[in-house]
Amino acid sequence: MTKSHIELTINGRTVEALVEPRTLLIHFLREQQNLTGAHIGCDTGHCGACTVDMDDMSVKSCMTFAVQAHGASITTIEGVANADGTLSALQEGFRMMHGLQCGFCTPGMILRAHRLLQENPAPTEDEIRHGISGNLCRCTGYVNIVKSIQYAAAKINGTPFQEAAE
Amino acid sequence: MIPGAFDYHRPATIEDAVTLLASLGEEASILAGGHSLIPLMKTRLASPDHLVDLSGIGNLKGITVAGGDIVIGAMTTQFELIASEDLARHIPIIAETSRLIADPQIRYKGTFGGNVANGDPGNDMPALMMALGATYRVHGPDGGRDVAAREFYHGAYYTALEHGEILTSVRIPVPPAGHGYAYEKLKRKVGDYATAAAAVVITMAGGTCTSASIGLTNVSETPLWASEASALLVGTRLDKPSVDAALAAAEAITNPASDMRGPAEYRTKMAGIMLRRALERARSRTEA
Ligand SMILES: Cc1cc2nc3c(=O)[nH]c(=O)nc-3n(C[C@H](O)[C@H](O)[C@H](O)COP(=O)(O)OP(=O)(O)OC[C@H]3O[C@@H](n4cnc5c(N)ncnc54)[C@H](O)[C@@H]3O)c2cc1C
Ligand code: FES
Ligand code: FES
Repeated sequence: MTKSHIELTINGRTVEALVEPRTLLIHFLREQQNLTGAHIGCDTGHCGACTVDMDDMSVKSCMTFAVQAHGASITTIEGVANADGTLSALQEGFRMMHGLQCGFCTPGMILRAHRLLQENPAPTEDEIRHGISGNLCRCTGYVNIVKSIQYAAAKINGTPFQEAAE
Repeated sequence: MIPGAFDYHRPATIEDAVTLLASLGEEASILAGGHSLIPLMKTRLASPDHLVDLSGIGNLKGITVAGGDIVIGAMTTQFELIASEDLARHIPIIAETSRLIADPQIRYKGTFGGNVANGDPGNDMPALMMALGATYRVHGPDGGRDVAAREFYHGAYYTALEHGEILTSVRIPVPPAGHGYAYEKLKRKVGDYATAAAAVVITMAGGTCTSASIGLTNVSETPLWASEASALLVGTRLDKPSVDAALAAAEAITNPASDMRGPAEYRTKMAGIMLRRALERARSRTEA
C-alpha cells in the first residue's frame, strides 16, 4: 500500500513525515515523534487517555488516522507548559489540587480541560463534569480533577478560587 | 489493535469522490469522522482496501434555513449541531439528541452524515430523522436522488445507499412553532449506545394533541418509526389510557436483541418507559 506524505504542526513545530495510511495518530505521535505523553488506555475511544488538541478540537488520537491530521495543528501535553518552562495554569492546578495519583489519565485530562476552558473560561462544576465526561480516571474519583480545573480557571481569569463542594 | 492496510484518498469535490468510488469498486469505503468505521477496522470487522475521505470537500458542511426546511450538510459535526443557533431556534431536539451521543471528543469529529448513513441501529440520529420526516440527498454515478429517512433503513448496516453513493445532505421540515419535543435515552454510562431511546415531536391545541411522531432507537435491527403509536395519540388529551395504548403499540413493533444491555423483554419495556418520559416532557414544552 502506498505511503502518504503528511505535513502538520505539532506543538508549534512543522513536521513532515511519510506514514502508512493505517497508522493511528496516537502511534504516529508516540512511536515516530517520540511524544509519549499521550497514552493508550482502552484503544476503543472510551477512556480519553489519548486525547490531544487538534485544530481547536479535543480529539481521541486512537480513533484518528495520522493521514487525517495532514495540514492540522496539534498540541500534546509536551506542548502545554509556558514558553519559559514554568507550569501552565492547568498543570499547576493539577499539582496544587492533587488532581492526579498514578498520572495515566492526566495528559488527556489536561488537554481536554485546556479546550474546555478555551470555549468556556468560567465553567460551573456541572459543566466541568460534562466537559470531561469522555475522560476516565481510575484513581482520583474526579473530585480533585474538578478542583484542579477550577483552580486553573480562576488563575487564568484572575478571580478567587472556589473549591467544588465535596 | 491495528487496522488492515489501505490506500488513502482525499478528493476535493463530490464529483471527484463519486468518480473515485466508482473506479475503486466494492473494496473502497467512505471515511467521514471515522468514529464508527475506525473501531470496525481495528477489530477487522471491516478491512477496506481504499478509504475515500470526504473531509477535503468544502461544501459538505453547514446548516442552512431554506424556506420551511433546514438543510444540514453531511460533514457537519455533532459538535456543530449543538452549537448552531438556527437549530436551537427551529429544531432544538437535534441538539438535545446530539448531547446524548458519545462524549465531547467523539462529537467534535463524528459527523451527522456518518451517523445517519452508518446503518447501526445504535446510532441516535436515524430514529430522530424518521420522527422528523427528514429526506436524505444522495449522489452517485447516475446523479442525485432523494430517499426518505423512513425508507432508508433496511437492516443492521444495510441501508438504501448503493455502493459508491454519497449522502451529501439531509433536509428536515421545521416543525410548527410551539411544538413539543424530547429525546429520552437510557444508557449505562457516557459514551454508551442506547439500551432503548425514544424521540417524540408533538403539537397540541387547547389541550388536545394535533400531531405526533415517534422514533425508537436500538430496539430492532433498524431504527423504528412508530407510526401506529403516533396515530393513536392524535385527537386525544394525552390522558393515561391514550398514552398506555400508544406505549403498547410502540412496544409491539420492537424486536431487540438480548445482549449486555439486557434481555430483550427488558429492552422492550425500557423503550416504553423512554417513550412515556419523552411524551411527558414533550407535552410540558408545548406552548398553550
Ligand atoms: C466511544 C464511542 C461512543 C459512541 N457513542 C455513540 C452514541 O451513543 N450514539 C451514536 O449515535 N453514536 C455513537 N458513536 C458513533 C459516533 O457518533 C460516530 O461518529 C457516528 O456514528 C459516525 O459518524 P462518523 O462521521 O464518525 O462516520 P464514519 O465512521 O467515518 O463512517 C461511518 C459509516 O458511514 C459511512 N459514511 C460516512 N459518511 C458518509 C456519507 N456522507 N455518505 C455515505 N456513507 C457515509 C462510512 O463509509 C462508514 O461505513 C460512538 C463512537 C465511539 C467511538
Ligand atoms: S486510548 Fe483512545 S480513548 Fe482510550
Ligand atoms: S490518576 Fe490514575 S487514572 Fe487518573
